[in-house]
Amino acid sequence: MWLFLVTEIMFFGGMFTAYIVYRSLYPNAFVAASHTLDITMGAINTAVLICSSLSMALAVNAAQLGRRKSLVWFLILTILLGSVFLGIKAVEYHDKFVHHHVPGASFHFEGPEPQNAQLFFSIYFGATGLHALHMIIGIVLLAILAIRAQRGRFSSEYYTPIDMTGLYWHFVDIVWIFLFPLLYLLGGHLQGGGH
Amino acid sequence: MSGHAESRKVYYAIFGALLALTYLTVAVARIDLGRLNTIVALTIAVTKAVLVVLFFMHVRHSNRLTKLVVVGGFVWLALLIGLTMLDVTSRNWLAIPG
Amino acid sequence: MITEAPVDTGNYITSHYGIKSWLLTVDHKRIALLYLIAITFFFFLGGAFAVMIRLELLTPQGDLFQSETYNKLFTMHGIIMIFFFLVPSIPATLGNFLVPLMIGARDLAFPRLNLASWYIFIVGGCFSVFAAIFGGVDTGWTFYTPYSSTYSNTWVTVTAMGIFITGFSSILTGLNFIVTIHTMRAPGLSWFRLPLFIWSHYATSLIMILGTPVVAVTMLLVGLERMFRVPIFDPALGGDPVLFQHLFWFYSHPAVYIMILPAMGVVSELVAASTRKPVFGYKVVAFASIAIAVFGFLVWGHHMFVSGQSVYASLVFSFLSYAVAIPSAVKVFNWTATMHKGSNSYHTPMLYAFGFIGLFTIGGLTGLFVAALGVDVHVHDTYFVIAHFHYIMVGGAIMGYLGGLHFWWPKITGRLYPELPAKLSAFTIFVGFNLTFFPQFVLGYLGMPRRYHAYPEEFQVLNVMSTAGASILAFGYALPMLYFLWSLKWGKHASPNPWGAKGLEWLTTSPPPTENFKEMPVVTEPAYAYAPHKGVKVVDV
Repeated sequence: MWLFLVTEIMFFGGMFTAYIVYRSLYPNAFVAASHTLDITMGAINTAVLICSSLSMALAVNAAQLGRRKSLVWFLILTILLGSVFLGIKAVEYHDKFVHHHVPGASFHFEGPEPQNAQLFFSIYFGATGLHALHMIIGIVLLAILAIRAQRGRFSSEYYTPIDMTGLYWHFVDIVWIFLFPLLYLLGGHLQGGGH
Repeated sequence: MSGHAESRKVYYAIFGALLALTYLTVAVARIDLGRLNTIVALTIAVTKAVLVVLFFMHVRHSNRLTKLVVVGGFVWLALLIGLTMLDVTSRNWLAIPG
Repeated sequence: MITEAPVDTGNYITSHYGIKSWLLTVDHKRIALLYLIAITFFFFLGGAFAVMIRLELLTPQGDLFQSETYNKLFTMHGIIMIFFFLVPSIPATLGNFLVPLMIGARDLAFPRLNLASWYIFIVGGCFSVFAAIFGGVDTGWTFYTPYSSTYSNTWVTVTAMGIFITGFSSILTGLNFIVTIHTMRAPGLSWFRLPLFIWSHYATSLIMILGTPVVAVTMLLVGLERMFRVPIFDPALGGDPVLFQHLFWFYSHPAVYIMILPAMGVVSELVAASTRKPVFGYKVVAFASIAIAVFGFLVWGHHMFVSGQSVYASLVFSFLSYAVAIPSAVKVFNWTATMHKGSNSYHTPMLYAFGFIGLFTIGGLTGLFVAALGVDVHVHDTYFVIAHFHYIMVGGAIMGYLGGLHFWWPKITGRLYPELPAKLSAFTIFVGFNLTFFPQFVLGYLGMPRRYHAYPEEFQVLNVMSTAGASILAFGYALPMLYFLWSLKWGKHASPNPWGAKGLEWLTTSPPPTENFKEMPVVTEPAYAYAPHKGVKVVDV
């Protein structure tokens, strides 16, 4: 599974590279664009994901100890927390859409260097969109696992799919751990969060 | 894939640490430290990632090969970013037009 | 040395009948054949585009095709040959077939993933065939932005998605190989007793894992930029086209090592079997494979010397490019040393190995020419570069592939190919190849640019030579198709070990049973443990 996760590191890595390059080329535009993101919502989402990582770890733990009921509940909890994350992201996306910060024909930015700010938003949507897609896949996998766990398919001798999905879920959490400061916290000292 | 179960207390402790670090990173972001802001933010992010990898993903108990794979993955990403940035940052050093 | 044997029954080909048993198989050997059929199709499709290119270039004027059409021809040629033929070729056919056999395993670690890998490849291939039929792509296989992301009117997104999808096929194959080699070796088969074919496939798999995802995300970004007009690489909207090149070449340079390392692995096997000696400096060659994989990731900027990349970065990349040549050169020396005092034989696989060693050396040396900043400024985007990489890809990789196909054909099909037509084809290919591509070195040096459908009068003679060579080469490639197919029905039946070679795959029947071995082998001797000749010491590791 780690071999697969290495490919994911490189996959998201390309996106991070683009971010780092453009941020170094256009620091002011990036700071201005970052200010339009709501730090509070981002921070809450970060906390939500951390909680979901805990529940996932506890799910794997329950599987290792052969506790079927706990396993199922922890899987469901993880799914719920993941869905909360996606819900908050949906609110944020809607907000961006309303303010014409979605790159493309209707993009409009009232700060410095709108062209370069548009690059920030391209990467914002690209990176968080890719991340959200991975979350959705993760939630689907967890749902399948929860159903199979409920049917007693796992035991303390065999819980490999839970373990593997856990690794995947934690990895997606780690991606967000880096996305949050890079996208939301730029120049946070210059103004308060939100716009 | 490790055989033995981590104690749940450890998970709760790591969980607490992760939340605390998140709070810390948001708080520090609001203070002007100049260039240090980014460094601090990334250091905290790396710390959180390391905690998740070692404990939640139980790499702490994994064999050497797994540890090598994990480190290798991140080293490779550093390579991509590093050499690309080498180009981007040094483009204007030579004061020759074109 | 080649012996006949009575007909064998109950092998992986005859064990189950019906198209469903092939399309739903999880047997790595059958999957290898599925890949063989698919990539052969793509080879001839890519070859058809090459034929059209060479026909156009017979005359200095752009008279056969319009320039826009010509752009599509070389683009499709490149995309199909690289992504749908060369990258999968040896690993997906010979690798899939031989890796479990060579390590004494029943199958790969994840047989169903292997089948999924084939289907993913086919789906990705369908995208590119669709694009080819409905108007093609004209950006060059390198998809440079902003032309590809903003201005081109061709099927860029479809093709980019096709490459994205096929990339997963590559990743899954690499994953399968790495896990298999780590966990499924037969008892007694330590790392340093492995055939060098396995070492080179292991190194190739590392590259597949580490590099392919980056080209995947790059294709995704180009697709996003095209479909949603989202600025990422378009300079008019603040983007950096050189960033695209960094991301693209981070994979595409290591990709060329994906294409050559397996061929090197094949050559190691061919040289050892044909000289009946262990490969000289076994450990060094094994480590050189890994070194090529690692160093290969550090040199991508040498494709970007004239792109606007900083001079300092270019210097670093140029220096590293010289370093990466060293492990390849080491291998060439070691193969040559193996042949010294060996009981050499000159059957077809060995002829291909000779061809590989010679032509790869020329290709590799000219790589050093272009790695030099000053030289590259003059020959970048000329036919010199085209000749350089075709020497390696065609003179190297394809020769390795054909040599391997011939060598293991008896094992795979249970039949012997006819030796005389095979030797004839090998010579034809060698002559045709050199006639096609050597003039291109001269053309490039004289300044003929690549990707142009017209050229100045004075280049015509060399171009005509090149096209003549291409016709001979095409004929040479068609011949094996014919006699291989012929051999399936009328070829002599093969014994388990027609070459008398060492290696676990030769311990089982030709073709092998579905489960590979009737009894799992136990390994007690080093690789290539041929009976010692005078002057050769066999050392156990």
